[in-house]
This record gives sequence, structure tokens and C-alpha cells, in this order.
Amino acid sequence: MSVVIDAKGIYYKDLNERIREVLRTGVNELVLDNVNGQRYIGDGISGSQTLVINGTPGNDMAAYMDGLKLIINGNAQDAIGNTMNDGIIIIHGNAGDTLGYAMRGGEIYVKGNVGYRVGIHMKGYKDKNPVIVVGGRAGDFFAEYMAGGIQIVLGLDLPPGEKIVGDFCGTGMHGGVIYLRGEVEEYQLGKEVKVVPVEEEDLIIISKYVKNYAEFFNIDYQEIMQKPFVKLIPYNTRPYGNLYAKY
Amino acid sequence: MSLNYMTPAFIIERDKDRCIDCQVCVRQCANEAHKWDEEEQKVYSEDANCVNCHRCVVMCPTRALSVRRFPLEFRYNANWTPETIRAIYLQAETGGVLLTGMGNDRPYPIYWDHMLLNASQVTNPSIDPLREPMELKTYLGRKPDFLKIKNGKLLEDIPPQLELDVPIMFSAMSFGSISLNAHKSLAAAAQQVGTYWNTGEGGLHRDLVQYGDHTIVQVASGRFGINPDYLKAGAAIEIKIGQGAKPGIGGHLPGEKVGEEVSKTRMIPLGTDALSPAPHHDIYSIEDLRQLIYSLKEATEYQKPVFVKIAAVHNVAAIASGIVRAGADVVVIDGYRGGTGAAPLRTRDSVGIPIEFALAAVDTRLREEGIRNKASLVIGGSIRNSTDIVKAIALGADAVYIGTGALIALGCHLCQKCYTGKCNWGIATQDPQLYKRLNPEIGAERAANLLKAWAHEIEELLGGMGINALESLRGNRLMLRGIGLTDRELNILGIKAAGE
Repeated sequence: MSVVIDAKGIYYKDLNERIREVLRTGVNELVLDNVNGQRYIGDGISGSQTLVINGTPGNDMAAYMDGLKLIINGNAQDAIGNTMNDGIIIIHGNAGDTLGYAMRGGEIYVKGNVGYRVGIHMKGYKDKNPVIVVGGRAGDFFAEYMAGGIQIVLGLDLPPGEKIVGDFCGTGMHGGVIYLRGEVEEYQLGKEVKVVPVEEEDLIIISKYVKNYAEFFNIDYQEIMQKPFVKLIPYNTRPYGNLYAKY
Repeated sequence: MSLNYMTPAFIIERDKDRCIDCQVCVRQCANEAHKWDEEEQKVYSEDANCVNCHRCVVMCPTRALSVRRFPLEFRYNANWTPETIRAIYLQAETGGVLLTGMGNDRPYPIYWDHMLLNASQVTNPSIDPLREPMELKTYLGRKPDFLKIKNGKLLEDIPPQLELDVPIMFSAMSFGSISLNAHKSLAAAAQQVGTYWNTGEGGLHRDLVQYGDHTIVQVASGRFGINPDYLKAGAAIEIKIGQGAKPGIGGHLPGEKVGEEVSKTRMIPLGTDALSPAPHHDIYSIEDLRQLIYSLKEATEYQKPVFVKIAAVHNVAAIASGIVRAGADVVVIDGYRGGTGAAPLRTRDSVGIPIEFALAAVDTRLREEGIRNKASLVIGGSIRNSTDIVKAIALGADAVYIGTGALIALGCHLCQKCYTGKCNWGIATQDPQLYKRLNPEIGAERAANLLKAWAHEIEELLGGMGINALESLRGNRLMLRGIGLTDRELNILGIKAAGE
């Protein structure tokens, strides 16, 4: 069963209240039309239903979210999937800054580019292994303080001279793994990160998520996989273990 | 390896007439300051390992032990003190940032001790709390500008409030920095006395979910252990921006303290450092803070008050005003003497301002701007006794947080070595052999006793002033007089001098 809400001109607080009400009735799918900047959609909601968002959802969509599937037909703004626990977000466009901050589980797919500080302090734990796949490029401070999970940047359709990630990539990283489809210069990396070759087992992980990406956005999987990936991992899990003297 | 210039900080004195070589001290000391000589069949001391935590002294069955500062003295120098010299030796040897625990221990003025309370004489009779009702009840949360009432009924809901039977809560100390038994003690004490304890930023252990109605769950930059269940488990949510012991910097829980249970509760892998970045990476402005506050309110359907905690820093009044305007229900200010499990020494000792000034400045500012009702004001940062609390409330606080005081109630002896994880009192440790020394039932009783004792004292002091409800003291600075303060200090505190 599917329910449609026309979000046009509805204040975010009222819209989110209605979303929660409708989801509580147990519908499988809720479609939000004419979304235009309303914040906090899907915040703190547990469940396995699908939310289709037509338009541009506002900041902090899917914060603390636990299990929903969100399909955004449009761009997304900042802080999407903040401290998200589980679920899947598919964004048919670009996304802003701090996407997936402290995300602990679930998957986020962005067709286009993402802003600054994306995937900061993402962390995995046991069966929780959060994933972000970005089709285009990521801005500065990508994966800063990353403590777990998987982040993949594909760099599709990069204009000439454009870098796949910005500067300070992986600064303070102490867990998890980053895969970049393309080259990264040493100066772009935080000092806690090293570049290593992609092994067979990495390709299994990469292909799994790239296949999802290709399917969601209707892009040729084989063509994406033709360009080689590099793998970024932290030097160790305790970057500041020797920083202190016990006074 | 160069010569180690460090000499012991303490000397262990063992009265050989009393010592029976029973080895209790050897077993009690996690720092290995006491050792057993197999050949000689006797106990001996390794002074250099002693942190002066008194565990052995208290446990020694024959009272054979005492600990003193190591008597070795440098040539007198008022500028190059022994602490300064030792710090340089240590840093020359290690190249490390000096790390310490607990709050600022420097001899800065304690302004609580420069304020005196009033009492009634003749004209306004004092009240005897033993015979007459006394009201300490406190509600924390946003109060409406006015009440709309029709036919004797409220037309609009009052924003969510926390109800406190005593104006004292246990401040944020994470599971990781302190033990599960310490958390259990504080949670049970809070429930027993009708107040709240705070998880700190390390998540909520599953055994403590039962205390949810008396729990404030914290959200800090590391976002450890946070999921919808956690947010909904507590009675309120506290966003931690900063703490008094280390304003402006984050926290590093060392991997050694991230054992099975801490790992499970924080939801991070075993043995990794738990790094809390200095800023929240999604907060660069008051508008961003508002976004985090409202994301939490949305996630909990506006059912829970949201606290925002900051350290007392120079422009604290302006920041607090921004926090209130950002939608916080409670503003928490932590003074520069606030404790911690670990902080860089130089930050702890030199960053931030006294809570007394910060409190007075914030309360004044919020009143001037006409927004004092929009948020409650909670302060912490070395509340040592009930008079500190009464003075804080007279200066404008709604309630106080206690951290160090609560740990002292559980047995802390302020050795300032929390960061080593070898707390012999079972408080700041994750070692099962050590934390089992703190019995959570006894801990809860001791912490509850402290709150009850202070509540009685507060009632006595209120009665003496002729006040029978704490609410009437709140922001009532006429009940305070300064002693030994400059005009400027009196002015900032907004109080008169003794005799005026």
C-alpha cells in the first residue's frame, strides 16, 4: 500500500508529524511530493518501510534513522544520515556537507557529488558496517576521523583537472576503508592514511556496492569497473596512542 | 635511552613494628607500589610507583602505612617550582603532551568562599525545617512566556520538564572513563533520591536502561553508542559541546580502556581508541547548533528537554544567549575546576574561567535579554558542599551538577590518575579485578546519603534566611554578600559587599 503526502508549503514539524503518523499505520510506501527544504525527514524512525521523496529534502534528513529506505528524486542538503543506525538512502542527485556523520550502519548512495566533511567519524561495529557510495567527487576533509565502515568514491564524469577528493582526506582516520576509483595525490591525504593496492577481496566488496549503485541509477556497471581503484586505510587503529606523557 | 631524572613523587612509610607482612597492600595496589620479596619473606615498597591514592593505607589491617610527599627538595626557587621542573624532565624524556586527571588543582581564588549568606533576625522570622515544610522541588526546562488558561485549564502544553526532588544531579561521566559499578551506583542513587544521573558520551549500558526515567543521555562529538533506542531511553538529552576541565578540545579514551563491555556500549571495535573530536563537525554556528537540537527533538517527538553543555569561557554570556535562542531547554555551564578522566595538564590548568563569574554573567545576560525563562540554568565545575549550591542558586542557577564530589562519595581519593585505568578504588577503571571493589549497592547508598545530607543542609540554610521554597532563593542575589572582593568582582557577581 502506498500513501502520498503533498508537502508543498507544510512546515517541517507538521510534515514530520504526519510522516510518523502515516508510517505508524503500517503502509509499505509513503510518497512525499513537492518537498522543498523541510528538515529532519525520517529522523529517529525505526522500521523497514520506503519513503519516496520528490523534491529537495532539507538538512538532517534520516538523522538517527534506523532501517527505513529513502529514495530521493532530487538533490539532498547537509547532514544527511547523521548518526544513522540502519537503512538505505538513494539520492538521485548531489548531496551537501557532512553526509553520514558518525553513521554506524546502513548504506547511502549518491548519484552525483558530495560536499565537505562527508563520512566523518563513520564507525562500524560487529555486524554494523556502514557504506557510502558517491558517484562523482567528494570535497575536503572526506572521511576525517573515520573509525569503521566503507566509503567508495567513483569520480564518474570528472571534469578535466578536477580531483576525486579534496584535501585532508582521511585525517585522523583509525578504522574502516576508503576506495577511490582513480588516483589521489599524497598531499591530499591526512598523515594517518596510506594508499595500498586493491586486492582480490577488495574487489568483491567494491563490485557488490558498485553493482547496487549501477542498478539504482541505471548506469553501466562494466564501464564503471574498467578504471582501477586505490584503497586507503589507516596506518593504525590508535593514531594518538603515543601523544601523551603521564604526568 | 638517557638517564631518567624523575624522582618519586611520594614516599611510602611503613612502620615495621606494626607491619605483619600480610601482603594486603601488595594485593590492593594496581600500581605495584607494594611488592613481596620472596627471598626475604617480607613486603617492601617501590615509591616511584605510588600515586598516593590511600588504598593501601585504608586497607592495612595494622595501620602500618602512610604516604607523604617525597621529602626531596630542589633548591628554593619561587619561579622554577618542583612541578615545573619535573614537567620539563618528563617532557624531555618522552616528547609527550602532559596528561592528567580530575579538575584544575591550581591555587586560584575560590569565589564561593568569598560569598556569605544572609539569615533572618527579628523582622523576617527564620523557619525551622524540622517542623515546617520546605520545598526543594525544581523543574528544569523551558517555561512559557505566559500561560493561556480558559475555564481553569491550560490551553497549551507546557514544554517537557525534568522534575528534581533535590537541586543536585550527577554530571556526565562516561562508561569508559568510569566503571560500570560507578555508573550503577550513581543511577541507583539518582532514582532513590529523585534526581538524575548523566551517561556521559559513552553510551548507556544495557543493565542501566531500567534507570531511564532518571537518566540524561549525552550526545557528544564522537556520537558513541547513539541510536534511536538510546535517545528514547533517557528522560532528557544533553548535547556536550565542551567541559570545564578541557574547554575547546576533544577526548581520547585510550584503547586499553575499550574492553568488551565498553566496546559493546559505545558500539566501537574492541581495543580501538575512542576519539571524540574537539568540535562537532556539523556545528560551526548557533544555527548549526539549533539544527542538532531540533534533530534530537524531532527524533524524540518533542517529548524530552534538550540540554546544551558548554565550558565556562571568556564570552560565555553571549554564547549562552545563543544557545537559548537555538532552542535549548537547559543550558549547562561547566567551570574551569570541573573534573575529567583525562585532560592535557596545560589546558586543564589554564583554560576557562571560574564558574561563579560565568554563572553570574550568564544569568544577568539572559535576564537583560528577557529570555531567562526560556531555559533553565545548570552549573557544575567543582561544587564541593551544600553552601556552594545555595550560593549558586542565589546567583541564578536552577540546579547543579556534581561529578568529583559524587566520586569522592564513592571512595575517590583525588590522586588525579584516572587516565591510567588503574584506579584502586574501582571507579576510573575497566579492570574487573579493580572495579569489583566498588559494590554498586554500597556505592548507591553512599551517593544517595551525600545528596540527602546536602538537601538537609540546604533546608537549614533556607530556613535561616526565612525562605521555605528554593524557588524564592533562585537569582535572589540580595541573600549574598561578598568578602575580600574588589569592586569589579562584586560588580560581575552582582552582589554587595559584606556590611553594605
